[in-house]
Amino acid sequence: MLSPEAIIKIDYELTKYPADQRQAAVMSALRIVQTERGWLSKESITEVAQYLGMPEIAAMEVATFYNMYDLSPVGKYKVTICTNISCMLRGSDEIVSHLQGKLGVGFNEVTPDGKFCLKEGECMGCCGGAPLMHVNNTEMHEFLTTDKVDAILEGLK
Amino acid sequence: MLNIEIDGKSIEVEHGSTIIDAADKVGIAIPRFCYHPKLSVAANCRMCLVQVEKFNKPLPACATPVADGMKIFTRSKSAIEAQQSVMEFLLINHPLDCPICDQGGECDLQDVAVAYGVSGSRYTEEKRVVFNKNIGPLVSTDMTRCIQCTRCVRFLKEVGGMQELGMIGRGEHAEITAYVDKSVNSELSGNIIDLCPVGALTSKPFRYSARSWELTRRPSIAAHDSLGSHIEVHVKDNKVMRVLPREKESINECWLSDRDRFSYEGLNSPDRLKVPMIKHNGAWVETDWKTALEFAAGQLKDITNEYGGEALGVLVSPNSTMEEGYLAKKLANGLASGNIDYRLRQTDFRLDGKRLGTPWMGCNIHEIEELDRIIVIGSNLRNEHPLLAQRFRRAVANGAELSVVSPLDNDPLMPIAHKVIVRPNDMVNVLGQILKAMSGLQRLSLCLPPTLTALLDDIKVRPNTQAIAESLAGHGKDYDLIAPKVGIFLGNMALSDPRFTEMYSLAEAIGGITGAKGGILPAAANSTGMHMMGVMPSSTGMHARAMLEVPRKAYLLLNIEPELDCQHAALAKAAMEKAECVVALTAYKSQALDHADILLPITPFTETSGTFMSMEGRVQSFAAAVRPLGESRPAWKVLRVLANTLGLDGFDFESSEQVKDAIFAGEKPSAVVWRSLNNNLRELVEIQVNIKHDGLQRIGEVPQYESDPIVRRSPPLQKTKYNTKPMARMCSRQLASLDLVEGDHVLVKQDKGSAILAVRLDEHVAMGCVRVTAAHEATTGLGDLMGDITVEKLSPQQLQDINTNITEARA
Amino acid sequence: MVASSKPVIKTDLAGQTLVTLRTLTEDNPASLDTYLKLGGYAALKRIVTEKVKPTDIITEIKTSGLRGRGGAGFPTGLKWSFMPRYFDGVKYLVCNTDEGEPGTFKDRDIIRYNPHQLIEGMAIAAYTLGARVGYNYIHGEIWQDYEIFEAALHEAKAAGYLGENLFGTSFSFDLYAVHGYGAYICGEETALIESIEGKKGQPRFKPPFPASYGVFGKPTNVNNTESYTSIPWIMQNGGQAFADLGVANSGGTKLFSVSGHVEKPGNYEVKMGMPFTELLALTGGVWKGRQLKAVIPGGPSTAVMPASAILSATMDYDGLSKARSSLGAGSMIVMDDTTCMVKTLHRLSYFFYEESCGQCTPCREGTGWVYRVIDRIVKGQGKMEDLDLLTDISNNIAGRTICALGEAAATPVLSFIKHFRPEFEYYIQHGKSMVDGK
Ligand SMILES: Cc1cc2nc3c(=O)[nH]c(=O)nc-3n(C[C@H](O)[C@H](O)[C@H](O)COP(=O)(O)O)c2cc1C
Ligand code: SF4
Ligand code: FES
Repeated sequence: MLSPEAIIKIDYELTKYPADQRQAAVMSALRIVQTERGWLSKESITEVAQYLGMPEIAAMEVATFYNMYDLSPVGKYKVTICTNISCMLRGSDEIVSHLQGKLGVGFNEVTPDGKFCLKEGECMGCCGGAPLMHVNNTEMHEFLTTDKVDAILEGLK
Repeated sequence: MLNIEIDGKSIEVEHGSTIIDAADKVGIAIPRFCYHPKLSVAANCRMCLVQVEKFNKPLPACATPVADGMKIFTRSKSAIEAQQSVMEFLLINHPLDCPICDQGGECDLQDVAVAYGVSGSRYTEEKRVVFNKNIGPLVSTDMTRCIQCTRCVRFLKEVGGMQELGMIGRGEHAEITAYVDKSVNSELSGNIIDLCPVGALTSKPFRYSARSWELTRRPSIAAHDSLGSHIEVHVKDNKVMRVLPREKESINECWLSDRDRFSYEGLNSPDRLKVPMIKHNGAWVETDWKTALEFAAGQLKDITNEYGGEALGVLVSPNSTMEEGYLAKKLANGLASGNIDYRLRQTDFRLDGKRLGTPWMGCNIHEIEELDRIIVIGSNLRNEHPLLAQRFRRAVANGAELSVVSPLDNDPLMPIAHKVIVRPNDMVNVLGQILKAMSGLQRLSLCLPPTLTALLDDIKVRPNTQAIAESLAGHGKDYDLIAPKVGIFLGNMALSDPRFTEMYSLAEAIGGITGAKGGILPAAANSTGMHMMGVMPSSTGMHARAMLEVPRKAYLLLNIEPELDCQHAALAKAAMEKAECVVALTAYKSQALDHADILLPITPFTETSGTFMSMEGRVQSFAAAVRPLGESRPAWKVLRVLANTLGLDGFDFESSEQVKDAIFAGEKPSAVVWRSLNNNLRELVEIQVNIKHDGLQRIGEVPQYESDPIVRRSPPLQKTKYNTKPMARMCSRQLASLDLVEGDHVLVKQDKGSAILAVRLDEHVAMGCVRVTAAHEATTGLGDLMGDITVEKLSPQQLQDINTNITEARA
Repeated sequence: MVASSKPVIKTDLAGQTLVTLRTLTEDNPASLDTYLKLGGYAALKRIVTEKVKPTDIITEIKTSGLRGRGGAGFPTGLKWSFMPRYFDGVKYLVCNTDEGEPGTFKDRDIIRYNPHQLIEGMAIAAYTLGARVGYNYIHGEIWQDYEIFEAALHEAKAAGYLGENLFGTSFSFDLYAVHGYGAYICGEETALIESIEGKKGQPRFKPPFPASYGVFGKPTNVNNTESYTSIPWIMQNGGQAFADLGVANSGGTKLFSVSGHVEKPGNYEVKMGMPFTELLALTGGVWKGRQLKAVIPGGPSTAVMPASAILSATMDYDGLSKARSSLGAGSMIVMDDTTCMVKTLHRLSYFFYEESCGQCTPCREGTGWVYRVIDRIVKGQGKMEDLDLLTDISNNIAGRTICALGEAAATPVLSFIKHFRPEFEYYIQHGKSMVDGK
């Protein structure tokens, strides 16, 4: 069951579209539910689809098409590092190996304590601040150095 | 019209056509995978790339509209290069395992690769592997072979009405699948097998049973609903291996319902009766034809001699051919019996003698798509007419407004503009309201007989019926239609209702003032044909219901299982039990025929020649696709020999064609049909609009995969999710009022019979109704399909007691 | 919310000409007050209250020489004239802030530092084109900036610059922020429209173009963020003034997103036609005092240029096309002489392989094939024939797909191999990079 808070948020998104186009809100609805629950289970997708009155498979198509939806648990903090060209040119490889070493996990793995998951990202549209990473799809950290990464991880309790 | 040139050929094409349409028109082959004329254009496979003058890039022929003066080259260097490169891309990840692929020999990819590809691949990397999905008992998947053309996805969404498949993931990881562990449940799902250009979706029942080139293809006509779909029966070693649609644009287009496609699996069921049988001291004994026929003839003769012809009742399946119906009637008459009927699931016969002709659907099938306003009365369209429903869907997609009056609120998978979901009994009043509202709207003054006008005086029009009337009158949100094309159709639930006469008369009156087309949607392959030939009681004879209510001494059954195929199962069962002699012409042994005395093995439609007449009055003959199994014989022959054995005159038919000639008296069938089809009534029948009636009503739907003896025996159809055991289904309000919850057990009673059923919540059922499906062993104790019913809750103790009793009784 | 946040601006504004980022000179650039102080919303108010004829506005835009900043450089005024004037029902306006092309990050700065100018630009467009509803589709990863923009929308609405009956006239316009969630392809306008409708971002075949069949099947105008944001300035200062900022065929200023091996990466808004060397100087030059090796001038979908070719080029549409590349979205990726071109192409080809939407055959199959071959080369298992094969596959993708991602994916392969073939040959022969020896 979608939480009342999620429903309020989804209903707000629905105000952006014509009344007969509820499906249009699926991107936000999936985001809202994912933010609340950490990831998108099949049940979550079903609930979103039902709430918007669209075929479940169509919601699944959306959930699997966009990178930022997580269809399996990603721990408390999902850390996504961009490795695309501008970041690569400015040393994202080094940040990646630092993070992997420090957390002891590879890409798409969750630390044993369930706290961190490391993901490789495609261009995040902030290449001026390369190298950079994203925490939980929202917080952008730019101009990374290994020291800065350490400080950021320290701040994630 | 536009003038264009393709490969040097000048042609004139219609404005708005695409290059591929134009090329198809003049027979220039452009290779394709994703394009299908009946589906939206996806333009994703890129196989149809052609060169167009003044464009520096090749263009997809399927999606590019032609422009005046366009010069198109389908085989120029640049076109060929494009086609070859696309072919190469398609093959890099496609397994090249044609010898073990079920599609081998009829694979578009294989064909196009041969014609448009180059030999040898430059791809040396690892190929993609995609996990298979289980999408149900009918369609088998091999997703590694998929070329992502999305035809299947588009079909289910656009034609089937519900998106059950999707392409999830992205890029190279994109794959076609149903939702997590769901199956594809569309009643039209088999069409995706035909649509899949490769071997990714194949027929599960047919899988690995034959190679396409070993099959002989024989044309035939589908036998399970009244659409008259054209089919192709594929045969190997005198066995039907599969059934595919045969293209007929005006009827089934290129589609087929799953019922018509997969019923063949029931043809050679272990139940098939291969030799005649006689009951001897309560046990069945096999015998030869001569003995069986002489025994049957002797019995029928003795009884009719002793008690007169009326002692015999003849019940004919509306799925039997015209030839069979005709001979059955002739035989009954020869024995001086006027008791013959094909209307086994009807209970209201008050219109007999009042009709001006043969009732039919009142228009041509394809005309449905052109309607502006439609009202469907008492029909669960997808269950009753799975493929026809798709035409309605198209009409609605074209902008038609659909209104529904029904006791069931099942989703027809198309938007409904207005609906009234009420008890069958109250449907009459609802139709009265619509009629009354219409009379207030129409510019034409309503010319109704005084009795009806008086009746209407008492009726109060509600807002929702007002809305339906306005819709039928052409009123619209944005603008009004001056002369809307209106269609009115009555379905199975109306036809089975005890107040069918009222519904029909009111529908006729509504149709009269809206200038509507329409009529009934008859259930079976040959309902219309049977009616036209008069396979119905003589003026002094008994109709199907009366023959059971007042049991006959002898029955002749043609192609039916009485308790499953008749309106009132309990009555049918009792009547058979009581009769002195029951002669059953049947393709199957059946528990439902336990009370018969003689079983004569006849062939199903694939093993006989014959004729069906469809809902739109099309007379379509077909030949046998295979030889009769065992000693079974086409029913027309059996009836002929039985008549000969009885010493009746006029049965010297050498072929079914001769029978057909006799039916049409040598005239052109279409001429006869044209004279005969007519939905009008001679006069207004006494009708009652306002019966107030409390108490529960049964909705005794016949599930689509229980509709006749063949489909009941098709294992793949029986494995679909439509095959659920009968339950007492009610809406939540109804459940609450009876203090029931889902999972309870109840004793339901109709007349003297009863059944113990599990309770199921079903919000599609109107308040005041219990939905208890028919044509099932579990409900053979019950009565009228649309009759009164009572429900008693069983305590766990009572349930246990009953179960122990049953077990003891069995022991 | 916005008013209280004081973003630290890293960009040194010297040498720049601020049109779309004009609030950057102020302390609190994103706030409505700042924008109003700089004369914001005056153009909109004048146009709406004086009922300026839409055709006159279009003429002004045509005069300005403004070309689409999303990458294709299509003249904006001309695009606007395609929108059907008479239509029964709602017409839509869409702003493309999905920038997902590697090296592109200019639109982000517009929505976080100057959101109101974009809003005003879209409102003027809505007035001109008769659109009732607009959406700004924002790249999913820049969530904090999405929130800044959405707050600005509320601010604008509260102040009467959006919503019903603006300035007491019959003109109404609702504008909403919507977001992507990680799919480069949604930058393609028809994929973006599908995404707004709540579907996978799979591009539609054109025709029909969005102008006749766009959001929810209705006529829709799509422009890039920077394009819309240029409009208020044009309407305030005149089309000719804008044209005069630039050079022939390239009116106005352009935001260049400079990333890679420069001292001060970031956005630089400069006059069209600025020599490359001058722009490079603004960014502090190649970092660590190294030599320039190559530049991708407009994002990976534009051809890479060896230093020799770019050093003499000017940064405008004609200037770069003369130099055999293109301006694209102005996403300049600078590579110094330590860059291994084989590995760089390896990463780019992975990007296109990952981001192909998967619907059309050449792109779905071809991008994967290209990536696997380069991957093999990088792993030391390349063959000399692979270079021709790569060229061939890329040529077979380009021009045969539904959307331009096909060309975008082919361009880096073709241009990298063309300009740096010896590096590739070395890698194949030695199983390691000529540049870093690894
Ligand atoms: C693969 C692909 C990605 C694109 N990405 C973007 C993008 O991120 N931002 C953008 O404005 N335009 C992008 N475009 C161009 C758009 O399709 C469209 O042309 C543009 O938004 C129109 O706006 P303009 O005329 O103002 O440039 C992309 C095109 C393609 C083919
Ligand atoms: S070119 Fe690629 S991204 Fe564009 S539509 Fe085709 S498959 Fe999708
Ligand atoms: S048939 Fe035209 S692209 Fe597939």
